[in-house]
Amino acid sequence: MVAPSNNNIDRLLDALDAKGEGRMRFAELGFPTTRDEDWRFTNIAPIAELEFSSPQVDCAATLEECLFKSLEGPCLVFVNGHFSDGLSSVGTLPEGIEVSNVVNADSPEPKMTNDAFDALNAASFTDGAFIRIADEVTFETPIRIYYLSTGSNGSTANIRNHIIVGTNSKATILESWTGTDSAYFNNVITELTAGDNAQVEHVKFQNESVAAFHIAGLHATIGRDSHAAHHSIALGGRIARNNIRAHLDGTGLEAVLNGLYLPKGEQLIDHHMVVNHNQPHCDSHEYFNGILDDSARAVFHGRIYVKKGADKTDAKQTNKNLLLSDNATVDTKPQLEIYADDVKCTHGATIGQMNPEQIFYLRARGLSEEEARRMLMHAFAGEIIERIACDPVREELDRLIWNRLED
Amino acid sequence: MLEIKNLKSGIGGEEILKGVNLSIQPGEVHAIMGPNGSGKSTLAHVLAGRESYEITGGTVSYNGKDLVELAPEERVREGFFLAFQYPVEIPGVNSSYFLRAAVNAVRTHHGKEELNAVDFLKLMREKIQLLDLDESLLKRSVNEGFSGGEKKRAEILQMALLEPTMAVLDETDSGLDIDALKVVANGVNRLKREDNAQLIITHYQRLLDYIVPDFVHVLHDGRIVKSGKKDLALELEEKGYDWITKELQPA
Repeated sequence: MVAPSNNNIDRLLDALDAKGEGRMRFAELGFPTTRDEDWRFTNIAPIAELEFSSPQVDCAATLEECLFKSLEGPCLVFVNGHFSDGLSSVGTLPEGIEVSNVVNADSPEPKMTNDAFDALNAASFTDGAFIRIADEVTFETPIRIYYLSTGSNGSTANIRNHIIVGTNSKATILESWTGTDSAYFNNVITELTAGDNAQVEHVKFQNESVAAFHIAGLHATIGRDSHAAHHSIALGGRIARNNIRAHLDGTGLEAVLNGLYLPKGEQLIDHHMVVNHNQPHCDSHEYFNGILDDSARAVFHGRIYVKKGADKTDAKQTNKNLLLSDNATVDTKPQLEIYADDVKCTHGATIGQMNPEQIFYLRARGLSEEEARRMLMHAFAGEIIERIACDPVREELDRLIWNRLED
Repeated sequence: MLEIKNLKSGIGGEEILKGVNLSIQPGEVHAIMGPNGSGKSTLAHVLAGRESYEITGGTVSYNGKDLVELAPEERVREGFFLAFQYPVEIPGVNSSYFLRAAVNAVRTHHGKEELNAVDFLKLMREKIQLLDLDESLLKRSVNEGFSGGEKKRAEILQMALLEPTMAVLDETDSGLDIDALKVVANGVNRLKREDNAQLIITHYQRLLDYIVPDFVHVLHDGRIVKSGKKDLALELEEKGYDWITKELQPA
């Protein structure tokens, strides 16, 4: 894989007209391989072998098939990584709330990391969402961001989002990722900053084409006494990888990472998390449930890092997997790295089939085996869905997941 | 209504039921008593269709149908019901939603229209009074975090909703204090009709103070070794199971 991908690196950088330090960095790092510890379970060779092309503007795209259409409030739409003025509707916003595309906003470029996909993003991003909630502003209406992909095989969009929620402020942000049936590639970076005593709910609904590739970094910096929740509902993608990095930078905060993945066919869905407890008295909770069918694969990697002095840390991590087929595989790797003395850290992972006692009990009340299995699957997915606080979003996702499990 | 003839069954090659014979007619209440390990719970599970038990001989006919040939859910839809000794907790499945699905599965089977949420709630409120159950319990997941008494009462609520013609109660008295026992027994008694029957499986006589059986059978080592009227239960209470075992030994 090394030699051909080197050729491909140049072709990729040229196709996307990549620039600056990011270009040099990506050329130096190249695509990660399974020899990299962070990519041990996820072989991205199918991405490296794509016939890359730059993402085209598409004015014919519509939001017709999208979720959350009935919601009111500002909405940003990106088609193939380009801002769609026609489909977006921001309206008049209360004072202190900015919702726009990132290219037209006053947003500093993210810091360079050692991650190849971050470098590629820095070198070639087209656009993305910019949301800024000033201090002391409560905005209850969910701010929606739609990402539509209509490109052909190899169409590669680099998207950069920047979300800032100020001190004592509150916001709900909703991302929806959908696309037409082709092997396009979205490489995303989202920077999220929650100020002191902020309340942020960030819901990501990833329903890309099952032929597509989706690599997304979420870099969250969370402030003192805040409450930040990220919900990752992952359905699509041939390879979908979420790199979630949470920096708990203030005391007394609570961070929740809550995820549900439902791969089937040949899909691979990977959540790779690092939660950095940098300050004392912080709670972090990771809950990830997966239901896998056919030859699908899933990866859960959750590292909790507790810095020296971050006493009274309470970190909890659970990953539960339900396998519906003998060919489905899960790699789960909870990891604790603790340098403080007085901490409470727990982790647990389960992989299994459906509980036959529960199925029999339901059948002994008149439900068919099929109905019993569906009810149990729904319950398993429901554990995650019910943590979404925003009522209309939770209800719509619940319906959608129910339908998906009935297929 | 229920005809069990020479029923033999076991698990993992070990025979537990060694030829059970039992005949139950509409309107009757039967009790099966027996020491631990006599096969009481095996009989209950075999009748309900638990697949892990192998049936190695005999027949079970229920309203003229071969019960063994029916899937567990088909037995329930045909009016058979087992109240579990250990009701299963199902986290994430809402009780009320589950109960409506169960009621509608049975209704659909009989060609009746499904109940909508409003009509179901009406029905449930009516039945729940029978059992002195807190309605808030139904907002919780099925049996999850229920106390022992709540679980047993929830089983009888299910029975009340599904209106079986043949109900088997497996050790429904175990783990109940005397007040809860009275509530459960009262609920069961009120569900008794001319056209249905009940089979009470129990280790102790005390439940039979409140649910008075027409017939009492003693199960021992996989066979019914003695049958009689309700007095037999009192005799057992007085003399213990050893009395039966001794009587069985060849002189």
